[in-house]
Amino acid sequence: MSASRIAEAFANGPAFIPYLAAGDPDVESTKEYVRALVRGGADIVELGLPFSEPIAEGSTIQNAIVRSLSGGMTPESYFELVADLDIDVPVVCMTYYNLIYQFGDEEGPEPFVRRAAAVGIDGFVVPDLPAEESGPLREACDAHGLDLVFIVAPTTRGERLERIMEQVSGYVYVQARLGTTGARTDVSDQTDTSLGRLREWDVPKAVGFGISEREHAERIVGGGADGIIVGSALVNIVAEGTSAGSVTRAQNVAEGSSTETVAERLESKARELKEGALAGRENRPQPERP
Amino acid sequence: MSTDTNTKFGRYGGQYVPEALMPAIEELEEAYQRYVLGNEAGFMDDFRERLRDFGGRPTPLQRAEQLSERYDSEIYLKREDLLHGGAHKLNNALGQVLLAKYMGKERIIAETGAGQHGTATAMACAHLGMDCEIYMGERDINRQRPNVFRMRLNGAEVNPVTTGRGTLKEAISETMRDWATSVEDTHYVIGSVVGPHPFPRMVRDFQSVIGEEAREQIEEKARRLPDSVLACAGGGSNTMGAFHEFVPQEGVGLYAVEAGGSSLEVDEEGGVAPNSASLSTGSEGVLHGARTKLLQDRDGQIMESHSVSSGLDYAGVGPELAHLVDEGRVVPVNVDDDGALEAFHRLSQLEGVIPALETAHAFAYLENEHENLGDCVIVNVSGRGDKDLESVIEETAEREIDIAPDMDVFSGGGL
Ligand SMILES: Cc1ncc(COP(=O)(O)O)c(C=O)c1O
Repeated sequence: MSASRIAEAFANGPAFIPYLAAGDPDVESTKEYVRALVRGGADIVELGLPFSEPIAEGSTIQNAIVRSLSGGMTPESYFELVADLDIDVPVVCMTYYNLIYQFGDEEGPEPFVRRAAAVGIDGFVVPDLPAEESGPLREACDAHGLDLVFIVAPTTRGERLERIMEQVSGYVYVQARLGTTGARTDVSDQTDTSLGRLREWDVPKAVGFGISEREHAERIVGGGADGIIVGSALVNIVAEGTSAGSVTRAQNVAEGSSTETVAERLESKARELKEGALAGRENRPQPERP
Repeated sequence: MSTDTNTKFGRYGGQYVPEALMPAIEELEEAYQRYVLGNEAGFMDDFRERLRDFGGRPTPLQRAEQLSERYDSEIYLKREDLLHGGAHKLNNALGQVLLAKYMGKERIIAETGAGQHGTATAMACAHLGMDCEIYMGERDINRQRPNVFRMRLNGAEVNPVTTGRGTLKEAISETMRDWATSVEDTHYVIGSVVGPHPFPRMVRDFQSVIGEEAREQIEEKARRLPDSVLACAGGGSNTMGAFHEFVPQEGVGLYAVEAGGSSLEVDEEGGVAPNSASLSTGSEGVLHGARTKLLQDRDGQIMESHSVSSGLDYAGVGPELAHLVDEGRVVPVNVDDDGALEAFHRLSQLEGVIPALETAHAFAYLENEHENLGDCVIVNVSGRGDKDLESVIEETAEREIDIAPDMDVFSGGGL
């Protein structure tokens, strides 16, 4: 199989992978925000398709999902949004299994994957689908040349790691700490332990859950991660913009105002995190030469 | 007790949970096999003794004289309302808290809808010296206040859940989130035959004492098997508990009575199904760890359910029940809020048994369909109705219910 677009995104050093909930607070804003993140240095974009029962999500992303669903987001409008994005980095769809399973008239996950492939989605992360239940989705992904990312938790050891290794493609999502998503102010020691367990794996290792600052990115990439995934810290910016009454660039120009738009804040946050990741690579102990 | 540990029931069940929880679920599966199925360290002996001495088992099977006359058939009540705590919930809560103790866990978390499972869990935790935190939807906290106080009395923390409509679905999601954080030292005592494997099997096994006793009792009292067994179904734990023993007895009709709420129509736009009839009207999907029958819109978003009884107010149902319905072994039926309230008053007046609003659904079905249920019927009285008195006063005032007592006695002018 030729290297996927996702694999290529890791080829030039540490990947910065931002997450946003699609449709938060509406489709047009999401497009603007995603493009801003790409300008800021995103190598892959994880775009959440909101599910009404997001059991892996902390309050920040739960609220984003509520905003998106009350704005009318559906799988169909999600696919249209992705088709219109016009960005040249890969898109990973993050969603829960029931939405994948229900899509289309035929049974099983294939119709969803087919449609995703058609709009240019490159892979999936499905937080409520452990390796035990992933057979049908893995098959559909293989049939359409898409990657299926798996989460490895701090509690994942031994045989479970092997089972995941057999199924994963694209990158492995290393869950930095137990619990749910949400921005934190520190880096968990669990991160290093988990990365240590995966040292021998060929697939790129991207760390997520709690990363919110440049220093976190630097420290985690310095510790051996191939990428960082940042969600809640970015969704917080969207939330603040939404509650403040969203300011658009056009309005700013019209009013001669200098308030930073949400998109501008996202772009500079992305830049900050990407720079952290790059700095982390510089600090990394060089592998010994043979 | 079955030793089949397949993770599925036909096409339903499975383990759709975040990876962080899978190791704990594997650990639980192993403990279930060893202690529950294998009686290692005398676990099941210990459990049965505690169910007897702390819980008050066996519960009676009582012939309901007035109802038998009213319906001209033999009506028996399996009195789970007399179990300690006032509902069948203790069978499961005590089993799981004891299992967690055998597993070396230190802390217990649980969700609750009506507060009966939370109460039973809090009691079991006090009894066994475990820390206990309960998640309960804000709306349910307001409609089941006596139970909230009972949990607090037994030393449990009660955490209000404010997301969504603030009912059982949100409480389960929030408890799963806690578990994803605390999984290393905490056991999640799920309150019904729902969730990822092994919960649906294990909870059923703890609850199946209901049907085992009922069968022995009916054979002694009536010298026969019943024609029908009726139980209300929310998640379906009292239901599976009452049915499991009778599933192989093909002559025994098994009726799962769901909450028809205010209507069986769904409001797709609003994402609301004003009922909780997932077996009768739901479609297959994945929620809270299992593939089962769900109330969902065409995209797969879960609907907000409704029932006058908090304990039935849930968009999902146990996967084994979904399977037994597909197989034609269990008949899914439903009655609406009005019928349940009327049945609540009827049982209180005719038999001197005040049932939980959940339980009242089974009696409403009996009233409607007794002619088609045979000559000998067991109704599982899953719980008593003291917790519901405030709601019943309010709900009764909004309706014309002939059999309800009038409240004139209160109108005699203050202190
Ligand atoms: C008395 C009573 N009956 C029934 C139920 C419904 O639960 P299940 O369907 O699991 O038996 C409840 C739940 O709270 C309850 O309190």
